Amino acid sequence: MDKMMEEKKRNEAYAKYVQAKIPKTKAWPSLFNSFLVGGIICCIGQGINDLILLWFPNMAEQSAWAYTLIVLIFIASFLTGIGVYDKIGKFAGGGSIVPITGFSNSITSPALEFKHEGVIYGICVKMFTIAGPVIVVGVVASFLVGVVYLFI
Amino acid sequence: MYYLWVFLIGGFICMLGQVLIIYTNITSARILVTFVIIGVLLQAFGIFDPISEFARAGINVPIIGFGASLAKGAISGVQSKGLLGAFTGGLEATAGGIVAAIFFAFVFSLIFKSKTKS
Repeated sequence: MDKMMEEKKRNEAYAKYVQAKIPKTKAWPSLFNSFLVGGIICCIGQGINDLILLWFPNMAEQSAWAYTLIVLIFIASFLTGIGVYDKIGKFAGGGSIVPITGFSNSITSPALEFKHEGVIYGICVKMFTIAGPVIVVGVVASFLVGVVYLFI
Repeated sequence: MYYLWVFLIGGFICMLGQVLIIYTNITSARILVTFVIIGVLLQAFGIFDPISEFARAGINVPIIGFGASLAKGAISGVQSKGLLGAFTGGLEATAGGIVAAIFFAFVFSLIFKSKTKS
């Protein structure tokens, strides 16, 4: 009995210790930061889109958006490569995850991290640890929407 | 002037992601999945385009826009090709972004070294 009590006490103490060590994200500053960074990323996207339409006035709106996203994805992938995006992410939290740049980061980051396991099993496999579920869920949901539209 | 709307709406959507992180401790994969589903649903109910009209990049740059164009592709695919369109439309509409993300990730992960491992 004594031993069990002791163990329980130790576990409680340990749980307390872990709780104290977990980095606390202060709610209000982090909400503000994510708002700020997310808003800025969207404004950069709008700027790119406006520039593209300025240089190629005849481009269809949808193609211009596609180019805009490709440029943002390129920038985010590059910034992930040189290690800057992670620093932005630490500051911005959700502000760096939710935009399409976060999607790009979620593909480049594990690819880079597991590079040492080889091109196939490292880069190619790990690339989809986060993007995989996103694409699967998106494809399944949009297919279902398409099927529903077939009948209405 | 519309940059203000872009900033406010884009910022607000990203802040919702942060709210999810703070109150549910969910991982970034789940956040992305959640927002993609929101985008698909917004498009399915025809709410996305009216919002996109004044929010522009504010809703197209967040991953909601990715979900919306998946659904939009599937819907317009169905309208032009029937059932086949449901299979081909979604990825056709988003292929640019997916290929860009995969290609750049592949190239940059070959070029650069991981900063966390060193």
